[in-house]
Amino acid sequence: MSDVVEKTLTALPGLLSLDSLPGSNKLSSSSKLGNLIRGITELTSKHEEEKLIQRELTSIKEQVSSPNTSMRQMKELMVRAIYCEMLGYEASFSYIHAIKLAQQGTALEKRVGYLAVSLFLNESHELLLLLVNTVLKDLQSTNLIEVCMALTVVSQMFPKDMIPAILPLVEEKLNHPKEIIRRKAVLALYKFYLIAPNQVQHIHNKFRKALCDKDPGVMTASLHIYLQLIEENPEGYKDLTTSFVTILKQVVGGKLPMDFNYHSVPAPWLQIQLLRILCLLGKNDQSTSEIMYEVLDESLRRAEINHNITYAILFECVKCIYTIHPKSELLEKAAKCIGNFVLSPKINLKYLGLKALTYVVQQDPKLALQHQMTIIECLDHPDLIIKRETLELLFRITNAQNVTVIVDKMLEFLRINKDDYTTIDLVGKVAELAEKYAPDNEWFIETMSTVFSVGGDTMQPDIPNSFLKLLSEGFDSVEEDRKLRLFAVDSYVSLLQGEPGKLPQRFLQVISWVLGEYSCLRADLEMDTVLRLLAKLLDMKTTSSETKSWVLMAMTKLCEGGAGVSVARGVSETYSSSLDTVLRQRAQELQHLSQDPELRAQVLPRHTGLEPLEVDSSLSFLDGFVSEALAAGAAPYKPPHQRQEELAQAKALSLEPYGLSLPLSMSSCSITDRQSPTLLSISSGLSGNSNDLSHKGGSSSLKLDGVKRVWGREGYLAQREPAEVSAHVEVPSTLRSPSQQGGADGSHSQTPTHTPTPEPELEKQQLASSLFVGLGSHSSVCLMGKSEPTPQRFRRKARSPASSSGASENISNSLVSPPITVDTLMCNNLLDSHITSEPDVSPLEQTPPLSQGLAAANGSCDEELPDSDVKGSSPSLIGDDALVAADPAPHEEPPKDLLLSSYLPAELSGLSHSEITPLSSDQSLDLSACHVQKEGDLVLVVFIYNSSDSDIQQILLELDSDELEVSCECDGAVGGARGHSVAVCQYSLSVKRPSVHVELVGTVSYQFPVGTPQSVQFSYKLPLSSFIRPLTLSTEEYGTMWLDFSHDTKQNLTLISDDPEPLAASLSVLKKKLQLHVVEIIGMEGIVACRLLQDQPCLMHCRLHAGTLAVWLRSPVPDLPDCLMYFCQRALQEH
Amino acid sequence: MIRFLLLFSRQGKLRLQKWFTPMTEREKKKITRDMTTMVLSRQPRSCNFLYWKDLKIIYKRYASLYFCLAIENGDNELIALEVIHRYVELLDKYFGNVCELDIIFNFEKAYFILDEFLMGGEIQETSKQMVNRSIEASDMLQETMEEYMSKPAF
Repeated sequence: MSDVVEKTLTALPGLLSLDSLPGSNKLSSSSKLGNLIRGITELTSKHEEEKLIQRELTSIKEQVSSPNTSMRQMKELMVRAIYCEMLGYEASFSYIHAIKLAQQGTALEKRVGYLAVSLFLNESHELLLLLVNTVLKDLQSTNLIEVCMALTVVSQMFPKDMIPAILPLVEEKLNHPKEIIRRKAVLALYKFYLIAPNQVQHIHNKFRKALCDKDPGVMTASLHIYLQLIEENPEGYKDLTTSFVTILKQVVGGKLPMDFNYHSVPAPWLQIQLLRILCLLGKNDQSTSEIMYEVLDESLRRAEINHNITYAILFECVKCIYTIHPKSELLEKAAKCIGNFVLSPKINLKYLGLKALTYVVQQDPKLALQHQMTIIECLDHPDLIIKRETLELLFRITNAQNVTVIVDKMLEFLRINKDDYTTIDLVGKVAELAEKYAPDNEWFIETMSTVFSVGGDTMQPDIPNSFLKLLSEGFDSVEEDRKLRLFAVDSYVSLLQGEPGKLPQRFLQVISWVLGEYSCLRADLEMDTVLRLLAKLLDMKTTSSETKSWVLMAMTKLCEGGAGVSVARGVSETYSSSLDTVLRQRAQELQHLSQDPELRAQVLPRHTGLEPLEVDSSLSFLDGFVSEALAAGAAPYKPPHQRQEELAQAKALSLEPYGLSLPLSMSSCSITDRQSPTLLSISSGLSGNSNDLSHKGGSSSLKLDGVKRVWGREGYLAQREPAEVSAHVEVPSTLRSPSQQGGADGSHSQTPTHTPTPEPELEKQQLASSLFVGLGSHSSVCLMGKSEPTPQRFRRKARSPASSSGASENISNSLVSPPITVDTLMCNNLLDSHITSEPDVSPLEQTPPLSQGLAAANGSCDEELPDSDVKGSSPSLIGDDALVAADPAPHEEPPKDLLLSSYLPAELSGLSHSEITPLSSDQSLDLSACHVQKEGDLVLVVFIYNSSDSDIQQILLELDSDELEVSCECDGAVGGARGHSVAVCQYSLSVKRPSVHVELVGTVSYQFPVGTPQSVQFSYKLPLSSFIRPLTLSTEEYGTMWLDFSHDTKQNLTLISDDPEPLAASLSVLKKKLQLHVVEIIGMEGIVACRLLQDQPCLMHCRLHAGTLAVWLRSPVPDLPDCLMYFCQRALQEH
Repeated sequence: MIRFLLLFSRQGKLRLQKWFTPMTEREKKKITRDMTTMVLSRQPRSCNFLYWKDLKIIYKRYASLYFCLAIENGDNELIALEVIHRYVELLDKYFGNVCELDIIFNFEKAYFILDEFLMGGEIQETSKQMVNRSIEASDMLQETMEEYMSKPAF
């Protein structure tokens, strides 16, 4: 049969003249479709059309479902249904019939059926499943045309999950004798590769065969796949470079059949495809690039006919030449080529010229200079697309000198632009430039105001976020910060006094945050004026509820005394009954805080830097509330997974007794024990939220200052670059070196040469000189030095202010080393910085001695002893130190850890101990403490240093804790301490009730030989992780224990992803930092065990899941899993 | 890769649509509306390229009919223009001096030609003769089949 068909196919063109084909045109114009179309054109109103189509659809529906309709009629009906759908009327009743037609019809009917299916249904439509069988049948058909149709429809739309069903058949077609079938099969596989790459991974070899196919069509088709593959992994296909080059050479040399010519250019599509592939292969690869120089040169030379298609090839050539490893000769030719584009009178070519310039200008800024007049013309072009492309180009050459002109042009464009997508993109660019090159405060604030009002609510949210972050973090100079903020306040106040109703919501949010935060900087500004302005925003109808909550937050920060309180009261009354819960909450906050100035000062302290707030993910600060609720009879919380399990169990017969529930009589838990007191968390919600949102800061758009100039006209620059940079940076941009002078003159001297310049020309020249300033022939310098040509105005501070780095260092210290550093200190830092006005000072000063101490503590003790003896022998010196140090910062202790560590009891001195922390002191006693981790024990060592001259005789130490069991190793009475000497007490600690941090409160009472009894109080805090010890278990034991434990928690933690074996790496980090015992790792899962002193086990089960570590902790002890989860999370985050 | 091809008249009436990536009905409607308004509002001496979201729109007008092609960002605009032109040439060859009415009345044929020319968003056959040959082949098949089917069965 197939032979017959094939013969007919080849013989028929001669038999049937072509004339008969257009005849089909007449045929169908008398058909029903023709009638329908003509009917529609005669109608006058949309309404009539609707009526006609509805009538038509009803009649189609009737006929389609009638059993007497032949397939041939069905085909005709289907064409009409397609037409109706194209007009926008739904004909869903016909979908199933389209599939039927594809299934049962003969060749052409089938074809119409397939066409209808591909137009009606999309890949996710459920009816498509019905098509799979038809496609399978057709793929196996002996009729070539049916096979072709099946392959076409498969590449058009095919359900992803059904690909495996037909894949072998499609693969088989790669060896089909007919090239058209092979070609379609290759393209179908390409399509599969795009939608489901892993399905076709195994047939990569067959792609190679397709590449070597004797038919150029099949080879061309295979290039689509190769382009995709090479884009993903250029390294894997370097060996094919020579083949691609050879093919291109043959194509360019006209070796292909004339058939493939397009307007006498040999196979342009194939050429472009090859050039794109070569471009990918030669990027950053000198030896590969060298292979292709010759053919690129040839391509440039051959493409000389003045036709679109040759320009298309040229454009691709230029792109390739500028991407691969440079060759000066080629670059010159390419640059000339770009010139042809730019100078062309054809607008399309000009557009591409601009694009090419944009592409190369970072590497070769001279080109932009050469074409500056064209660029200026394009800037004023009536076509917005051209204008936009020009701005894109200007964006790339912006520097500190031309930024105002360029930003001006961009804003001008933004005002007339209607397209949202362009606006979003351009607004981001303006914001980026403003931030990077702003010449002064006023300009910056005004530009950003325009950005916010033009960008409206469509712009990327990280623009306002990063603006606020910039304002709040400040720059290098405190005075500048103040001025900038002041100016922002001034300009926003005057904006609000104008017509705030016209401002977009995002801008209003920015305004209210800035006013809330910085109004106080302007001393002569009455707070209630600002409050009234803000209250006016609340009354506007257009204000969204999100904006309202920003406004309320700002008011909360501002309401202070007198009139402010009354405004606040009015507002909070209105909104405390709002339907929006967020608004209601804000109104409540406003109400309470406006009435309680003390609380307000604590929650919203003025003049603080941004404090990093540690988030206690275990929400331990809520424990008090929870225990109260539990005591009042509330049901204990169950995590969702547990609830589900229970639900599942509830359906089956429950054989187990009721699980242990949380103890109802939890002793009340003091909030202050915790790392994150509730107050802090409120303030984070109020003042910190806008800043913590995003650190991305315009990362979506191109960053220029990091771009390196890798090569130039002379060749590769990488090696010489460092020297050049240092040389040029020293040259101030206003002072020009002789060579620069020459270049600058060159660029400017064009002005005088056209002596009788007409007015507009002159304007353009001026514009040119302002736009291209800084791009003189030394421009390479400027551009390259653009990373630092003039001091950048708004340079972000290093991400963390000193305090945060101090704090985070502390945290990491405490986890990195087994001895645990002082958590209390960190707490102090946080608290201090809220109270004192100089948050940066104390932590900074405190950090160095700490780390020193740590280093020393890790060193061997024997070596320290003589050293500390020396110091110990000069007590007066130390005493002085203590006095001096105590003056400026009360908690600063003399660096005594060194010598104190020598007082560690002998049996402990070999073990690692935590930082020796100063606890408290009075005029005669200094208290310090550390804890030592023993295998089965945790020992607290308290050092009592008598800094007075006289001896103390009776020292009594009492310790107490809610969470800890304290047993004294010696007796409570320490005895005495001579003047300037140290007494040591040891206590063994164990956990009564787990909590993330446990705290001890202690009192030392003592008495001098003469005088009254005195006492010093102190508290010592240590993380629960110091009580964790490995628990050695076998997998079987683990299994039995797992089922017994009732308290559990589940969470997904971040994985250490940079390791080839993320699970093993993550577990080893946990093992190292938290002293866990890894029982076994099986594939994607791992089991880990540990115990809490003494002998309270906790089991952990981890599984790799979607790039995270799904951790499940179980223990018989309530709260222990939650606490341990907290430490695991921190350990992994800080790794 | 080509994302979609639309043909519409100067009045904004859709004449042919081909989507190479999955798209919901609503998206299709929106894109069609956007394209017609954007392209029809272009001034005469403007370039043939437009931006739409992250895609590049290449359009060209032949008599009363607009051809509008969406390509991805890395693709070559000029060659896309030639894709349109080649399609017009193919239509011209098939219909013989093609006009809008040919495409309206025989839109299914226009689809078939397109299917032979583009496949899965890429050029499938760059040789004009080859495309025509395969179209003719299936047309011929149709004629022969139709003749065969309409023969009296005795």
